[in-house]
Amino acid sequence: MNSNFDRTLPEGDVMRRRASLLQRMHIDGPLLLILLMLGAVGLFVLYSASGKNWDLVIKQGTSFGLGIVAMIFIAQFEPRFMARWVPLGYFIGVALLVVVDVMGHNAMGATRWINIPGVIRFQPSEFMKLLMPMTVAWYLSKRSLPPQLKHVVLSIIMIGVPFVLILDQPDLGTAMLILASGGFVLFVAGLQWRWLLGAIAAAAPVAVAMWYFVMHDYQKRRVLTFLDPEMDPLGAGWNIIQSKAAIGSGGVFGKGWLLGTQSHLDFLPESHTDFIIAVLGEEFGMVGVCLLLSLYLLLIGRGLTIAVQAQTLFGKLLAGSVTMTFFVYVFVNIGMVSGLLPVVGVPLPFISYGGTSVVTLLCGFGVLMAIHTHRKWIAQA
Amino acid sequence: MPQPIRLKDHEKDARQVRSRVIVGVVAIALLSCVLIARMYYLQVMQYDYHSTLSENNRVHVQPIPPTRGLIYDRNGVILADNRPSFSLTVTRERAGNWQKTLDAIMEILELPPEDRDLFEKRMRQGRRPFEPVPILFELTEEQIARIAVNQFRLPGVDVTAQLVRHYPLGEHFAHSVGYVGRINEQELKKLDPVNYSGTHHIGKTGVERFYENELHGEVGYEEVETNARGRVLRVLNRTDPKPGKDIILTLDANLQAAAEKALGGRRGAIVAIQPSTGDVLAMVSQPSYDPNLFVTGISFKDYSLLRDSIDRPLYNRVLRGLYPPGSTIKPAVALAGLDAGVITPSTRVFDPGFYQLPNYDHKYRNWNHGGDGWVDMETAIMRSNDTYFYDLAHKLGIDRLHDYMSRFGIGQRVALDMFEEASGLMPSREWKRATRRQVWYPGETLILGIGQGYMQTTPLQLAQVTALIANRGKWIRPHLAKTIEGVPPVDSNPMPNITLKDPANWDRVTRGMEMVLHAPRGTAHKVGATMAYHLAGKSGTAQVVAIRQNERYNSAALRERHRDHALFVGFAPAENPQIAIAVMVENGESGSGVAAPVLKQVADAWLLDDKGQLKAEYAKSVVAKADSP
Repeated sequence: MNSNFDRTLPEGDVMRRRASLLQRMHIDGPLLLILLMLGAVGLFVLYSASGKNWDLVIKQGTSFGLGIVAMIFIAQFEPRFMARWVPLGYFIGVALLVVVDVMGHNAMGATRWINIPGVIRFQPSEFMKLLMPMTVAWYLSKRSLPPQLKHVVLSIIMIGVPFVLILDQPDLGTAMLILASGGFVLFVAGLQWRWLLGAIAAAAPVAVAMWYFVMHDYQKRRVLTFLDPEMDPLGAGWNIIQSKAAIGSGGVFGKGWLLGTQSHLDFLPESHTDFIIAVLGEEFGMVGVCLLLSLYLLLIGRGLTIAVQAQTLFGKLLAGSVTMTFFVYVFVNIGMVSGLLPVVGVPLPFISYGGTSVVTLLCGFGVLMAIHTHRKWIAQA
Repeated sequence: MPQPIRLKDHEKDARQVRSRVIVGVVAIALLSCVLIARMYYLQVMQYDYHSTLSENNRVHVQPIPPTRGLIYDRNGVILADNRPSFSLTVTRERAGNWQKTLDAIMEILELPPEDRDLFEKRMRQGRRPFEPVPILFELTEEQIARIAVNQFRLPGVDVTAQLVRHYPLGEHFAHSVGYVGRINEQELKKLDPVNYSGTHHIGKTGVERFYENELHGEVGYEEVETNARGRVLRVLNRTDPKPGKDIILTLDANLQAAAEKALGGRRGAIVAIQPSTGDVLAMVSQPSYDPNLFVTGISFKDYSLLRDSIDRPLYNRVLRGLYPPGSTIKPAVALAGLDAGVITPSTRVFDPGFYQLPNYDHKYRNWNHGGDGWVDMETAIMRSNDTYFYDLAHKLGIDRLHDYMSRFGIGQRVALDMFEEASGLMPSREWKRATRRQVWYPGETLILGIGQGYMQTTPLQLAQVTALIANRGKWIRPHLAKTIEGVPPVDSNPMPNITLKDPANWDRVTRGMEMVLHAPRGTAHKVGATMAYHLAGKSGTAQVVAIRQNERYNSAALRERHRDHALFVGFAPAENPQIAIAVMVENGESGSGVAAPVLKQVADAWLLDDKGQLKAEYAKSVVAKADSP
């Protein structure tokens, strides 16, 4: 049977007939275009937010370029090939997190880095950001949907281990993102609504317990300050008061590029990292924020389209989770800077200064491209 | 034929995922709307509020430092107050090029070039955006006028009035009250950044340091609107600071002056304690220094002078000076011997002028080389007989001696509220093993009996031992603060009272001490003869250079700085103690000849009225004896 089929419709023929240059390179055109636009916007805003610091802009640009290369490299791999290596990757990732935790405790303080001087220096938690959804997607794609209770429980354990390890570092922001990325796979896989609601109901006592046993004083202070910034206007409330003033004073059209007084007079702390949206809001107003949001939504729309069109269940689950997690970044960051959410240290994707974050995000989009460009035009029998 | 295995239904999976993605799209759309609504709220609805806040007026929060609490003596004489002083501040964010501004200030005020480095250092210490940094203090009228005339050239430069600490009595209370100084980098790391955000000074020593938290108060703040030039247009919101607490000290400025006068310019220390309360009435460490120099930053030259002076004016002899107590410890040793039962009041020892341990050649000499013949306990105190106390120490042994002396506070911090008090040393077998890796030799016990050897005490400890005898063993830690905003300080770690098996022993030892001054053969009877009341005292000398065996003590051959320190302790009136005093005269040589007259003058100042008579209220025994049996 198979040999007959091969003879009449050789796979190579089909590919050659439809393949453009981009497709042969396994690049998704729309995704690449939106990403490049976001990168450009990011550098543009960063120039102003950093106080016209060219060095910083060039460094960020270099990171972005490296990220694009990494993205294209990842796009070359077959998703099935990736899935084969996921379990091993997951165990290595968890092992590295344990190493970091042990080292951190020995050093009597928080450390998030694996550092072999002169060889490599990286955060295993960044590595985990991609591996987490892959692992759960790999696991659930082998079962039938919607997942049964025992599969859900196993998935939650898979998510819980790195979550607790990262929470212990302590890095609340990243831990939440890991939790979200794993949770979204479950959600896309059709986790039953009553379990979902049950989990949310169970989260309340867990949150209370976390407040008393897990959260560090600086994190509690952030939450308290979020609830009432006026409580400590000289200390922790300063950031929120100033970032709201920056955004609010931008109005509809903004004060203009390089003309934001809040950031340029040093009122706004962290203006080029986590709080960069306040600079955008001040200098480009509501119009600027909405345009940026539209770019993000376009990117998310493309990501979800890829999820729906993916041919394998692994691809569908993974693409859905990566895209939804991306929205969490956007929502949490803008929410916290505008005073809707507590300050948890999540950067604004592609705009905030920080090379690691950009490269990790672009790797995620590399996976999306791999899912989309390795589809077979004829479904296998 | 249906198979038992479950087949994956790809079509169903795809439908499932698609429906969930649709739910996700709806959620994302809703949450995006939330973000946009938030932006609309901040940027459109609250636009006016936020733009006032940010664009036009540079609204910011200014801390208002609290007023530091004042310090008084026990009669209400002010020892530390706050005076307005004008200082020059620069706000870096408003100055534009602040280096140029500094150059302009240097030129306008014609300052010496070395100030420039100091200014730069102070500018770099600025902590918060838009916080004015003070760079020059105590401006003169002329300097203020010159700045005012040139104001147009100096954006971001202001003359501000600040309250600055001032010590009206200067050097007289430098060693007790201490002083405040500018907060340094190390202190900055440990301080609460919010509460100290407007404060530039912090207690460095003495009461100022010990009671820093009480004196400082709590910061207030105001939100102010300023224009681009940095001028405050209006105050939007103000929370008043909570001023620091006032402290009334136990010190008496008159007695302090009398004590300094009694010391007559010699180097030394005097502490006077009211036995019934533990109040420190006077605390003199001479020479002293002017604490006002330190408040706004002492110049390097002035500081070197103080630091390198051979007289060591910065050295607090009362709290930090460590001396062997010499014979002043004998009354306490006698009490130990009586209570331990190794001697009775009538035990007699024959003094041939020296003491020898059985089977040892070494002669432990009495100061009176001729010997005093047969001496009992009271006579031994009166004559300060060394032989008797060698014998007593030998009978007690080091362990019991250490135990009793520790109960008197030797080797421990005794004060309740004094900064950097030295603990001194009461040696023991364990101590010697731990620090010298040697066993304890019996001879070392002997010389402890006359207050020599390893034992180290501060003048404060000697005064406290004396106060304990006066108070019949009731322990009250000596303290400098009488009340803090009306509340007396609390001793969280009280010492246990000393209870004797036979309380009459207190009287016996006191009688011996009285005889020192008021019996014909007493070592200080010349001083006692001139007194209008009875004083119970004891002289002592603290060796500066050890005397070798068989070497004659020859003070003329020793350079002045190598002469013994003269010590005298005592309390009066002996039958109704009102004041316990310890005097140390550095290189004074003779306890009874030099230190005793000083002590008498201090006691006179406290006890006598204008006519030279004992004040009526001190004449009779009106104060109840200590509670202890």
